[in-house]
Amino acid sequence: MKTVSSLLDAQWYERYKKISRLNIRSSIYDVTDRCNLRCKGCFFFSSGEHERASEEKDVTKWHAFVEKEMDRGVNLAILIGGEPTLCMDRIEAFYKRLPTFCATNGLIKVPRDRFPDMMVGLSLWGDAEDEKTLRGQDTFKITSANYEGDPHAYYLYTITPKQLGKTEKIIKKIENVGLKVHMQLLSNDEDVNGFSWKPEELIAIREEMDGMLDAYPGTVVSSKYYHKIITTGKMLDRTFGWNECPSVTILRDNRDPQPKRLTNFIRWASDLKTVHRCCTSETRDCSTCKDGAAHMSWVMVNKRAHIKTPQDLQNWIEVYEMFAKLYQFIPW
Amino acid sequence: MTTDTKQTIIRIAEIIINELKLEDVTPETFDADLDLVDEVGIDSMDLATIALVLRDEYGIRIDEDDYPKLTTVRIIAEYIGDKLADNQ
Repeated sequence: MKTVSSLLDAQWYERYKKISRLNIRSSIYDVTDRCNLRCKGCFFFSSGEHERASEEKDVTKWHAFVEKEMDRGVNLAILIGGEPTLCMDRIEAFYKRLPTFCATNGLIKVPRDRFPDMMVGLSLWGDAEDEKTLRGQDTFKITSANYEGDPHAYYLYTITPKQLGKTEKIIKKIENVGLKVHMQLLSNDEDVNGFSWKPEELIAIREEMDGMLDAYPGTVVSSKYYHKIITTGKMLDRTFGWNECPSVTILRDNRDPQPKRLTNFIRWASDLKTVHRCCTSETRDCSTCKDGAAHMSWVMVNKRAHIKTPQDLQNWIEVYEMFAKLYQFIPW
Repeated sequence: MTTDTKQTIIRIAEIIINELKLEDVTPETFDADLDLVDEVGIDSMDLATIALVLRDEYGIRIDEDDYPKLTTVRIIAEYIGDKLADNQ
């Protein structure tokens, strides 16, 4: 039987042991249906999810809800939206009780006296030109001023096909303001002209992402295995899709056989009653989904499938470490 | 070690091998003191699956809060033994 220690040298085995018992149990929460931007390609609005439920406005109900989520075993709250920072009281209901991650466009600064160590993910959709095309304004100027040097914030850089050959410029800008960056790919749910990935572009961007990780290891939080998975949709001999996705809401998971999945994962709407199908848009074709967190989780829940060769297991460790860093379970 | 404990260890090993589809090992050769997380690489979902099979097999409930303690086959066998003794 192949054991973990038989596949790893002492250094890798120590890395494995630092993450092997973390037992991260995340769920995702729509904090509000409103946003202060309207980005083309944002799945929340393009798929009509903002109209699925009417947001709960009584903050005491949010506090009670979070208590119940903890009883369900959740130990990581991932807050998305709409724009969560429009509702700081609701964010606080999570932050007071749980490790909390807040995905934001960064235009409203999270007050650090109130949320000193909450991890903040700042969405960025490219260079100034792409940001203006897709989001109506270049957010970087504002967000970088809000969060410069913040050890509990990083950029979630959504790469579009138009960014090919330009990523280094963005990474440098981020490094210059003392922040980290994690890269993901646009899924282009709204079919914005010129923003859908072609096979040859995915090959090229993988190479570019690998290059950025090599050139800026202190700034880019990523792994080459993740780049491979996200650009090819392949892991080992398997293909990503509905039958493989780990980030399906448990209450809506009627797959048979059920694949390895996130334990008790739910994506809640902001009425605290409605659940969404998965971590992203219900209207999205799973076979072309590029959701970064879903692909990371796909690797993470399939640990045993990676206990085959030293390289497979090292790949798994790197992806798990990446996730654990992005959500502050281990230090940068 | 009593014969009962030895049989329990072999049965638990058999369940783990079957559930996790482990290769190149038999219930008899499975090291009862091998750390299931650090060496076999099982995760909490694997353990939940195994706990369900053990519940049906031995008629005991394994509390989820106890999962972190159940680190080896021998410890699981002792845990089951204690639960069965409590039930008598």
